[in-house]
Amino acid sequence: MSEQKSTGGMVPWEVFVQPRTGAPHEHVGNVHASDAEMALQNARDVYGRRGKVVSLWVTPASAIHATTPDDSGPFFDPADDKPYRHPSFYKVPHGGKNV
Amino acid sequence: MFDGRASGRPTSDTDMTTATLDPELRPALFDYLLRLGDDALVLGHRLSEWCGHGPYLEEDIALTNLALDCVGQANGLLGLAAEVEGAGRDADDLAFRRDALDFRNALIVELPKGDFGFTVARQLLFSAYAHLLYEALRESAFEPLAGIAAKAFKEARYHLRHSSEWLIRLGDGTDESRQRAQTALDDLWMYTGELFEKDDTLRTLVDAGLAPDPRALEAPWRERVEAVVSQATLTLPEDDFMLTGGRSGRHTEHLGHLLAEMQFLPRAYPDAVW
Repeated sequence: MSEQKSTGGMVPWEVFVQPRTGAPHEHVGNVHASDAEMALQNARDVYGRRGKVVSLWVTPASAIHATTPDDSGPFFDPADDKPYRHPSFYKVPHGGKNV
Repeated sequence: MFDGRASGRPTSDTDMTTATLDPELRPALFDYLLRLGDDALVLGHRLSEWCGHGPYLEEDIALTNLALDCVGQANGLLGLAAEVEGAGRDADDLAFRRDALDFRNALIVELPKGDFGFTVARQLLFSAYAHLLYEALRESAFEPLAGIAAKAFKEARYHLRHSSEWLIRLGDGTDESRQRAQTALDDLWMYTGELFEKDDTLRTLVDAGLAPDPRALEAPWRERVEAVVSQATLTLPEDDFMLTGGRSGRHTEHLGHLLAEMQFLPRAYPDAVW
């Protein structure tokens, strides 16, 4: 059975939730849906109904391009031995919350 | 819809609470709150029957959320009904210790949940009515009811959006989903008239500014339903034969079975708590 058939025309969507105005949208999980409107409604029902939410994003999972485990060396290792690239030498201004 | 009353919801001297309610209005208001509460309770129970049986996980959760909204509304409305009645009963007494003849819900909400198409079509027809009703009830001169309505209105708007989008997809979907959605609309149609009936209870409350005139809700309801149905490429039945009886306790055979299941536990184990 093909992938398309087994989901009845429904595809996975990734869900991002913004807990308060100005905060970043954070990935919380995924839902199945046939299209964007139903994906939003499913996301609202599955992830948006407990706790405060001011905004929801959904995007087709197929639109997300991801690294593979094989990429981890060339992509991420070089940062390890260059501590001066880390922002830890700066003082975060008092009251800065979403940094 | 409230003739002679200013719109907006600031409390005014004419607003009533249970304590300041005109005693002559009590019987009609109790009856009306039972209608609203029973509609929400019985529909909530029907929706809850999908729990664990939804077409897929996300919709299972969505239907259960709708059920919880409805049961929450029922809790508030029946609690208020008990307060207005003033006979020492509470919301649980009204929900679990009345028989079918004493229920005042419209027939449309007690029909078995059917297939998913039937559940969606009923939800659309009912939510289109409920969102107009609660929108208007936010202006009720009976303050506690206006408060419940403000919350119920938001919930009903979401129920309407969810069921509208589903009906559009079922109607404009496969041959089978289309046929099932159309059959559901045809089967449900004769139960819609009851929602807009105006009897003595409503005449009393409309005159007192406590409830909107149900007849004034029918045209905007029909407009809303027609818009969704036509987008779903379905057709509304032309038939104008309408069934009635729920508001006076004359129910279909289905309500007794529903109550037998819903009321079993509190009746078998009175005063059980968890």
